[in-house]
Amino acid sequence: MSDIEQFRQETRDWLEANCPPEMRQPVRDEGDVYWGGRRAKFKNDAQKSWFEACADKGYTVPAWPKEYGGAGLDGPQSKVLRQEMGRIGARPPLSSFGIWMLGPALLKFGTEEQKVHYLNEIAQGKIRWCQGYSEPGSGSDLVSMQTFGEDKGDHWVVNGQKIWTSYADEADWIFCLVRTDKTNKYQGITFMLFDMESKGVSTKPILLISGNSPFCETFFDDVEVPKEQHVGEINRGWDVAKYLLGHEREMISGAGGGDRTSAIGATMLRHAGELDPMLRADLAKFDVEALAYGAMGEKFLDEMKAGKGHPAQPNMMKYVGTELNKRRHELMMAAGGSRSLEWDSEETGGGKPSRGWLRTKANSIEGGTSEVMLNVVAKRILDLPGA
Amino acid sequence: MALFYDDDQSMLADSASQFMAEEGSIKKQLRHWRDRDCKDGFGHELWKQFGEMGFTGILVSEEDGGLGMGNVEAGIVLEEIGRNLTPSPFLTSSILAATALGQGNNDLRGRYLPGLISGEHVFAVAIDEGAKHRPERIKTKAEKSGNGFKLNGQKDFVIHGVSADMMIVAARTSGSDDDNDGITLFAVPKDVSGLSQDAVRLVDSSMATHAKFDNVELDGDAVIGEVDGGREVLNKMLNAGRVGAAAESVGVSAGSMDMTVDYLKQRKQFGKLIGEFQALQHRAAHLYSEVEIARAAVIKAQQLLDAGAESAELMVSVAKAKAGTTSNLSVREGVQMHGGIGMTDEYDIGLYMKRDRALAEFLGDANYHTERVAQLSGY
Repeated sequence: MSDIEQFRQETRDWLEANCPPEMRQPVRDEGDVYWGGRRAKFKNDAQKSWFEACADKGYTVPAWPKEYGGAGLDGPQSKVLRQEMGRIGARPPLSSFGIWMLGPALLKFGTEEQKVHYLNEIAQGKIRWCQGYSEPGSGSDLVSMQTFGEDKGDHWVVNGQKIWTSYADEADWIFCLVRTDKTNKYQGITFMLFDMESKGVSTKPILLISGNSPFCETFFDDVEVPKEQHVGEINRGWDVAKYLLGHEREMISGAGGGDRTSAIGATMLRHAGELDPMLRADLAKFDVEALAYGAMGEKFLDEMKAGKGHPAQPNMMKYVGTELNKRRHELMMAAGGSRSLEWDSEETGGGKPSRGWLRTKANSIEGGTSEVMLNVVAKRILDLPGA
Repeated sequence: MALFYDDDQSMLADSASQFMAEEGSIKKQLRHWRDRDCKDGFGHELWKQFGEMGFTGILVSEEDGGLGMGNVEAGIVLEEIGRNLTPSPFLTSSILAATALGQGNNDLRGRYLPGLISGEHVFAVAIDEGAKHRPERIKTKAEKSGNGFKLNGQKDFVIHGVSADMMIVAARTSGSDDDNDGITLFAVPKDVSGLSQDAVRLVDSSMATHAKFDNVELDGDAVIGEVDGGREVLNKMLNAGRVGAAAESVGVSAGSMDMTVDYLKQRKQFGKLIGEFQALQHRAAHLYSEVEIARAAVIKAQQLLDAGAESAELMVSVAKAKAGTTSNLSVREGVQMHGGIGMTDEYDIGLYMKRDRALAEFLGDANYHTERVAQLSGY
């Protein structure tokens, strides 16, 4: 047996022994996802035991090095683990912005001390992070941000406001872009880390069209941040931010297809009982797109791991993935008919179809709009003039 | 298996790309033969060169003298054919006929494969009856007659039919028109009596025929595979042909896109390169995304087919549908963004539009394959 087949067998055995049946059910609501953090509570024993087994094995962050809390898996091994977890429908043991975003930034830009400290905390689900990027006047034009950190020798004093901070009201720490030089647009931003319990930090949830409040406004009023709490060089935080946006785009792009290999038409048929011919045609057209995009997702990951593929490709993935996900929810609403309009009925799990549909409209806005993604593809991949 | 080319495949891609750009270029082949009103629609010299390169026998097993490669490798050659609009009988001979003959007995393989591999012979397939691809229904009949069969019926869209030394004909040996079973595949030599062909030039300058079979007498040894059991061979042939046509479509998309993106960087209006206009940039970027995705779907389908996976058939239809709609987008945007000169015969972009249209119809268009995706997915 080849090494990789041996690894597959071991992984199967390990999953069989450690993944409780309840954790092989599809994720139904927020509570089914474990986000970690100081205030985190497990929904049930199965969730706890699955998380602990994975944290112990390094499988909350399988590709990270062992000394930082990962399992040190290489590309092919990671793919096998993903396939095997997909095969039994295993839920992710831990979800967090620490894993998806801060972690990759620290792996690339962090000091050894920062890596050992923060990455292990993330892998063990001890600290829940949020991201402070956008400001009320700085959306797509992020680099125009104004939140300012005044140099006070051994610390900065930060004042300003962030917006669209995901789960700021539940997070323990924030990674945050702060202007530290007002004279230099791109090279005047520092990537800071600080505790959300610091004096002067306050949050206010934003009520969205979905009726939910996953995002906050976050205010900084004379917040003191020790000088050692920055990633990358002072005033060079934009480099870190750009790198990290790449990761965010990959993550969001996964929403549209990723490893998904089955068609939604059949699912809709089961829900709706029968499909009118025009809807059936729309579903089939969508399924062609989604299955093709699924293959692209696989190709994209394979190429990334092998160091092939264009560095701006995540922008293309994000664009297509989010547009597909929006289309998918439009179709689900159409298939559901008037039932899917119900806002808080028990039958719809409290309006899941409609709230989920509305939520997806943000997919092509957050983390870089579709229009910005197309700008990047035009400029960096097609090399079009003046883009 | 990773979804990108390994080292050997990359080498093949390099040599196919160089060969096709040099020997198979639009100027040297498509325009050359078209402007001479060539009755084959392609050049036999080039077909022999395909043989020297080993392309002709790419899917033929090594025991039979071929390269014994798979659909991924065949697709590499087809993408370059698409990119250069190279007219050749590669798709009908080396993909469709070779796949079918691979299921035939020693005698059949010995009779036909050497001529294919050397590039001496050309093969065609006769499947469609009527203007749309619908192989679920086959009316052409082959009745038992002595030790052989008597073939009656009509086939359409027989690409290269007039140049072919042999054509593979799907006929009904039992059951009714829409039955899945009761199909038999026959290798029909070109000079059999009772076969008449009405040759027609198509929009892309390729040649096809309407073939009529009037009491064509065939020996028993013309049967490929089992009598009445031809559906399986036919499906194998169709899978390989469809994913092959999809790969060629990706080449058409990419060739048309590259030409168009280049043009955006040259043409000036309002004192600016038109590629500076965001309205065009976004459309070009969208097109790029579609081409990348179509290529991924095609490689995935090829790999599944080569691995003999059960899900291959679904992915083949995804690939043919996606490659077809993408290629169509690419040529439409190509002509539109070229503006007036895109409408002239002098510019190549219109040739891409014509080829796309013919490829789209071949072995089922995007609607046909989207319908199949729904059916194969259970709705």
